Amino acid sequence: MVNSDATPAQPPAAGQESSAAIEVAHLIKLYKTTRAVDDISFRIARGSITGLLGGNGAGKTTTIAVIMGLVLPTSGRIQVLGHAMPDESAEVLGRMNFESPYVDMPMRLTVRQNLTIFGRLYAVENLADRIEQLASDLDLKDFIDRANGKLSAGQKTRVALAKALINQPELLLLDEPTASLDPDTADWVRQHLQDYRRTHDATILLASHNMLEVERLCDRVIIMKRGRIEDDDSPDQIMARYNRTTLEDVFLDVARGRVAEGAS
Amino acid sequence: MSEIATHHAISWHRIQAMVLRYWYLLMSSWPRLLELIYWPALQIITWGFLQNYISQNDNFFARAGGTLIGAVILWDILFRGQLGFSISFLEEMWARNLGNLMMSPLKPIEFLISLMIMSLIRLAIGVIPMTLLALFFFDFNFFAIGLPLIAFFCNLIFTSWSIGIFVSGLVLRNGLGAESIVWTLMFGLMPLACVYYPVAVLPDWLQWLAWTLPPTYVFEGMRTLLIDHVFRADLMVWSLGINAVLFVASFAIFLALLRSAKHHGSLLGGGE
Repeated sequence: MVNSDATPAQPPAAGQESSAAIEVAHLIKLYKTTRAVDDISFRIARGSITGLLGGNGAGKTTTIAVIMGLVLPTSGRIQVLGHAMPDESAEVLGRMNFESPYVDMPMRLTVRQNLTIFGRLYAVENLADRIEQLASDLDLKDFIDRANGKLSAGQKTRVALAKALINQPELLLLDEPTASLDPDTADWVRQHLQDYRRTHDATILLASHNMLEVERLCDRVIIMKRGRIEDDDSPDQIMARYNRTTLEDVFLDVARGRVAEGAS
Repeated sequence: MSEIATHHAISWHRIQAMVLRYWYLLMSSWPRLLELIYWPALQIITWGFLQNYISQNDNFFARAGGTLIGAVILWDILFRGQLGFSISFLEEMWARNLGNLMMSPLKPIEFLISLMIMSLIRLAIGVIPMTLLALFFFDFNFFAIGLPLIAFFCNLIFTSWSIGIFVSGLVLRNGLGAESIVWTLMFGLMPLACVYYPVAVLPDWLQWLAWTLPPTYVFEGMRTLLIDHVFRADLMVWSLGINAVLFVASFAIFLALLRSAKHHGSLLGGGE
């Protein structure tokens, strides 16, 4: 097991501004007797794109949900944009956003109505202009006045992404952002995420099963298995360590218990 | 310091956004609108004719004109008030939208206030036509009750919100498997709230239990007003006092159930 951070993540003392967007220290989450997340620690630098990789039940979704405050940890500390979660969530929720296949937008409302509501919830200024801008950026104009329930899977994903970007978040949490999309739409979404990170200096944390997506998007990969961090480094370094040319092969190595060269 | 205060303050903007969300939903679906009017109208017509029939054959009911119809309308305020609150909440569960809301800056108290406002709007859509039907079909002017009506209404709506908050917490914690409680819990209170008969009808040992429920005071007060033409302000004060305790307790229970839902990861799915 490798951790690229020389020091374990320790949230800064009160009043000290953190350089990290997310700091997780000794996070444990138990569901009854199941250890969904088992004592993990990591820091995510501002302006980076980090991928959480792992098979089903690896703990990716739970980790993201704890960071968002949707799930309470059994123990451990989480800081998001310099604030302790969930205690200081009021200070930080307006500066972050998320997209997940576990939630939907209201189906009977039109795209414009949904974006209006979420824009108001996030106190977005010049909301009508912001919606027009998102409609243009994400190519929503043709169906912006159509009910969300009448959209295709690809259109819904773009709308969900528009909702996630409505408040121009500093931190974007994405759970399987391109799941169930055709390759063309998935590629388009990835390109947009890269552009957003570059133009807004935003931090993105995404959980994914899609190795190519992670390879292409992420500066850093955290591989999880059974609630623990198995590896944590840049995609190139991880592939080199496992002597593999793709992350998919690395993933299979990890899933099947083959250890990296030089790992203990 | 002021920034912290801003983050913790209740935002009217966010409450407006949620009311707008439910308003869009209501306006997008005529069956939803029709249903709001349909059941109250059916209730008032059925009970109104029953009251007419009994009045023609019984001296007491001939003198106590309107007590049945009045009880039906007040019961509907209580029941539809809770339903209006809870259905708006269920819309979020059905839409799998709760995660989006809980991850947004929306605070639980703002969410609940928006549900209370929606319960008033839905109630108005259902009950106003009901009162007009009572006037035209049975010559019963509900609004002629006058100022006491405000006391009756406020007490009943507070109770309906308390029950709505409690039930929403249960659904939040247990998922849509607990949905049936939304439709049935209020009916569990009906026998003890003495909607259609005086408290004195109950056995002694049940009467003290009936007096722990705020609606009992309202229905008893309504009968006193319509039969004896006396407004019992003391009954309304008692009802208000118990309502205050009930409201605070239900809000505290909701927060505890929300916390429990976060512990169990229930907010991620929202299914059964």
